[in-house]
Amino acid sequence: MSHTLQSALDPAGRQASLIYHLWLTMFWVTAAVFIVVAAAIAVAVIIGRRGRHDASQHPSEFTLSTAVVAAVAATVGILFVLLAVSVRTQNAITSFGQASAISISITGHQWWWEVEYEDAQASQRVTTANEIHIPIARPVVFKVSSHDVIHSFWVPNLHGKRDLVPGITTAIWLQADRPGTYRGQCAEFCGRQHAHMGFEVVAESQAEFDRWLDGQRQTAAQPQNDQERRGETVFVTGRCSMCHKVRGTEAYGTVGPDLTHIASRRTLAAGSIPNARGHLAGWIVDPQSVKPGNVMPRSPLPPDDLQALVAYLEILR
Amino acid sequence: MMRGPGRAGRAGLVVIWSAIVMTMNACGGDERYRAASETTGGDPARGKLAIERYGCGGCHNIPGIATARSHVGPPLTAMAARMYVAGEITNTPANMESWILHPRAIEPHTAMPDTGVTDIDARDITAYLYTLR
Repeated sequence: MSHTLQSALDPAGRQASLIYHLWLTMFWVTAAVFIVVAAAIAVAVIIGRRGRHDASQHPSEFTLSTAVVAAVAATVGILFVLLAVSVRTQNAITSFGQASAISISITGHQWWWEVEYEDAQASQRVTTANEIHIPIARPVVFKVSSHDVIHSFWVPNLHGKRDLVPGITTAIWLQADRPGTYRGQCAEFCGRQHAHMGFEVVAESQAEFDRWLDGQRQTAAQPQNDQERRGETVFVTGRCSMCHKVRGTEAYGTVGPDLTHIASRRTLAAGSIPNARGHLAGWIVDPQSVKPGNVMPRSPLPPDDLQALVAYLEILR
Repeated sequence: MMRGPGRAGRAGLVVIWSAIVMTMNACGGDERYRAASETTGGDPARGKLAIERYGCGGCHNIPGIATARSHVGPPLTAMAARMYVAGEITNTPANMESWILHPRAIEPHTAMPDTGVTDIDARDITAYLYTLR
C-alpha cells in the first residue's frame, strides 16, 4: 500500500482534484498578474528616472487616468472570473453523486478522532479511532461534530477542510479514486496537542474494505495463555476500563478511544507514534511525556502487569 | 561605488567558517559513528532509525533522537561510558545486544518489554548507543 505525502497538490480523489485545478487556475492567473504589475513598476521607474528633470516628458493627466481606470477594470474583471470559477468548483464538489454512500460519523476530541461507521442495525455499527478505512471509487459521507472545542477535519489529498463544531453536525462528501494511505490532521488550533491530532485514511478496494469492516465488527479476541489472561484482567479490573472500551469484555469506558481492535491500527495516540510494542508500553506508563496535557494519566503499573497488559493489547487485532 | 567585503571582512568569514568546521570535528559525529561501528559490528545510522521504529523513546531519553524524551526508564545518555547494563551485566556490545533482545532473560522482573527486535536491529541499536559518550 502506497504511503502518499500529505499534500493538496497531489489529489487522490474527485473533490481534491477539483480543488487542485481551481488552485492551479488561480496560481497561473495571479502569477501572470504579478508579472504584469512587476513589469509596469519597472517601466514606471525607468521612465520616471529618465524624465526626472524634463516636465515635457510627463504624461498628461488624461493618459494617467485612462491607465488607472483600465487597471481597475482589469482587476475587477479578473476577480469576477475567479469568483465564477470558484463558485463553479464549489457547485461541482457539493452536487457530487450522493447515492449509495457509506456514512461515517466523526467526533473530534482533544486530541483524537472518534470514528463510527453507521448502520441501520445497531449490532453492525463499528466504532474505532484515528484510522479511517474507505473503499475507492465510492462516495463517502462524513458527518462531523465535536465533543469539546472546534476542530477541523482535513485530508489534503482527498478534500478541503471541514470544521467540527460542538453541538452542530455537518456533512462532507468525498471519494478516493486511487488506493493509498492518506494522512489527515486537525486544521483548527484546538489546544496544546493540536499538532499531535493526526489520523490516516486508508483507501482500498471494496473487497479489502469489506474484510476490514467485518473484522472491526467482531468482538475482541480472547486471551489464549496465562500472560494474555492476566493482561485482560489488568485491563478490565484496573483503571484502563474506566475510559476505554473493549467490546466483548466488561470494559465499557467511553472517555477514550475504543480499543477493541487496537492492534490492527498503524499508529497510536492519534498518529503521534507507530504502533510498536516499545511505543505502546511507554505510552501506557507515561502518556504525558509523549503528548503532554492529554487526559490519559500516568500509570505506574507493576512490571509484570505491564508486560501482561501489552501482550493482551497486541492480540486485539 | 560598491565595495565587496574588505580584507578584514574576508578574514573574519574564514575564522568563523573554520570555527564551525572545528566545532563539528570536535563533536566528531563521523568519528564516533566509525568507532562505534568497529566496536559493535553494527550500523549506528540504521540503529537510529530502528530506535525510532521500535519505540525505545517511549520510555527512554536518548540523545540525538528527537522523539525520545520520556522518563519511564533510565536515560541512555553516555551509554557507551556506562559500566553496567540494567545493573546486572557488564556493558559489552554482546551483553547490550542480549539485553535489548530479551530483557527478561537477564532481569526477570524488569518492566522493559521484549520489543520484538531482530538480531540485526539489536546490533545496529547497540552501535547507535555506543556513539553516546
